[in-house]
Amino acid sequence: MKALWSITKKELLSYFTSPIAYVVIAVFTLLSGFFFYSLISWFNMVAIQILQNPYYYQQVNINQMVFAPLFNNLSIVLLLMLPVISMRLFSEEKKMGTEELLLTSPISVTQIILGKYLASLIVLLAMLVLSAIPTILTFIYGNPEPLPYFLGYLGLFLLGAAFLGLGVFWSALTENQIVSAVLTFGTLLLFWVLSWAAYSAQGLWQDVLSYLSFFEHFDNMTRGVLDTSDLSYYLSFAFFGLFLTHSVIQFRRWR
Amino acid sequence: MIETEQLTKKYGDLVAVKDLSFKVEEGKIWGLLGPNAAGKTTTMRILTGYLPATAGRASVAGYDVFEQAEAVKQSIGYLPENVPLYPEMTVDSYLGFVAEIKKVPGPKKKEAVNRAVEITGLSSVRRRLIKNISRGFKQRLGIAQALIHNPKVIILDEPTIGLDPAQIVEIRQLIKSFKGEHTVMLSTHILAEVKEVCDGVVIINEGKLMASGSLDELAQSFSQNDGIFLRLDRTDSGIRDLFKQLPGIKKVEVEGSEIRLEWPWGQNLRTPIIKTCLDNNLEIKEMRSVAMNIEELYLRIVSGGMEQ
Repeated sequence: MKALWSITKKELLSYFTSPIAYVVIAVFTLLSGFFFYSLISWFNMVAIQILQNPYYYQQVNINQMVFAPLFNNLSIVLLLMLPVISMRLFSEEKKMGTEELLLTSPISVTQIILGKYLASLIVLLAMLVLSAIPTILTFIYGNPEPLPYFLGYLGLFLLGAAFLGLGVFWSALTENQIVSAVLTFGTLLLFWVLSWAAYSAQGLWQDVLSYLSFFEHFDNMTRGVLDTSDLSYYLSFAFFGLFLTHSVIQFRRWR
Repeated sequence: MIETEQLTKKYGDLVAVKDLSFKVEEGKIWGLLGPNAAGKTTTMRILTGYLPATAGRASVAGYDVFEQAEAVKQSIGYLPENVPLYPEMTVDSYLGFVAEIKKVPGPKKKEAVNRAVEITGLSSVRRRLIKNISRGFKQRLGIAQALIHNPKVIILDEPTIGLDPAQIVEIRQLIKSFKGEHTVMLSTHILAEVKEVCDGVVIINEGKLMASGSLDELAQSFSQNDGIFLRLDRTDSGIRDLFKQLPGIKKVEVEGSEIRLEWPWGQNLRTPIIKTCLDNNLEIKEMRSVAMNIEELYLRIVSGGMEQ
């Protein structure tokens, strides 16, 4: 456990001594702020008009009108940005030859993978926490429902954790960081558009495809529904990515 | 301390190491010698547990490399050919990190880092970023990293490559200082290095063992006689006969201004020879061993296929 934390500390140091983490966090926070500002301004405008008609009063819901679209937008931004966080995890070690140091140390491959993964999750957490600061103000000036709000952020975190799990896997396969990022990005896009294919598919295929798609599961959470099948989907996706990483590292040595 | 038995490693169809068996005793410095692509790095990677072997056995510090990998990794310090450094870390934080992953207990970490820094002479750059220190310091840091957990066995892959002559001398001194306390195996293709630093060698070529043993043993097995070169203030035919009379002498040859004297291994005729010179008022200008030099030995072993 201690060795795992050493790896995590080392990775965090690399993230924060290079510009990568700062740039990713800053851009993510900026975009998040912009989306939030546009949505809340639009919501204000609509709310003022609608409130003059008591019939529509019940339909003005900040969770559905601001947070649900915000979380959807942020999920796409995560898809674009997280490959940059995961791309260096193993690729850089291989390129620098430091992989040999790690693999000849008395720590297990599992500890190395989990240590690195944990560091990337901490960066993800920092992105989400910083971007949430403006949105939390709505609790002071309005009364959104807390459950869908928090589940939305939990959903973003789980979604990001799954993205990073896949990213770690691609990073273990290549020593080129760009290749690693592009492959991660491509695979994530594929999992995203699976839901499009699901619309036109029939029967069992439709079920399978829509189950596999990232965003079908995400929609439930932004609506305030926590289903164990969604949770297990993200967790097993991340676990599968890490498991494949382990296999790749072992296989390369045994070849 | 290090032992291999019929060690074989194949990369697909390519055989990198074939039936390699050798032994290194405790506290000795042993060289792994061979031309480029002879299988030196592969052998070291197998010993350190980085690569698994295709067949055969290897043990380090009494632990089996395959069965007890973690114990082996704990007892080995390893400097790979490409020094594994993180440029964005400082020397101190890097050594601290290595101490942690080598499982140096928390309270002893600082002491371990200080010790490694002191032994390798890194105190002047401790707080600098690794990307800003010179090549020589990077190499020292690579060695410091291998020493940090005070391992029984140190494996160094080409420790002096890419250094300037002064740095080479320093690193060799450093390696020599490990003698007795650690068992060291270093790979190189620089023969002078072996002669200066090592107690013995394992010579491999194309993945196969060509010879192994202490330098003296090898020299003995490839030439029948021990002997000296002697340069005196005069050379005439009388001198030749003078030495021929010495009991035990097998060969007396005059080569230019030098006299080559040989006798069978096991005897030592140096003192009687000097005595003869003194008795006959001959001034000794130079005297050196005739035992086969390492270049000659290496070339005969590697090119001549003189397998043992």
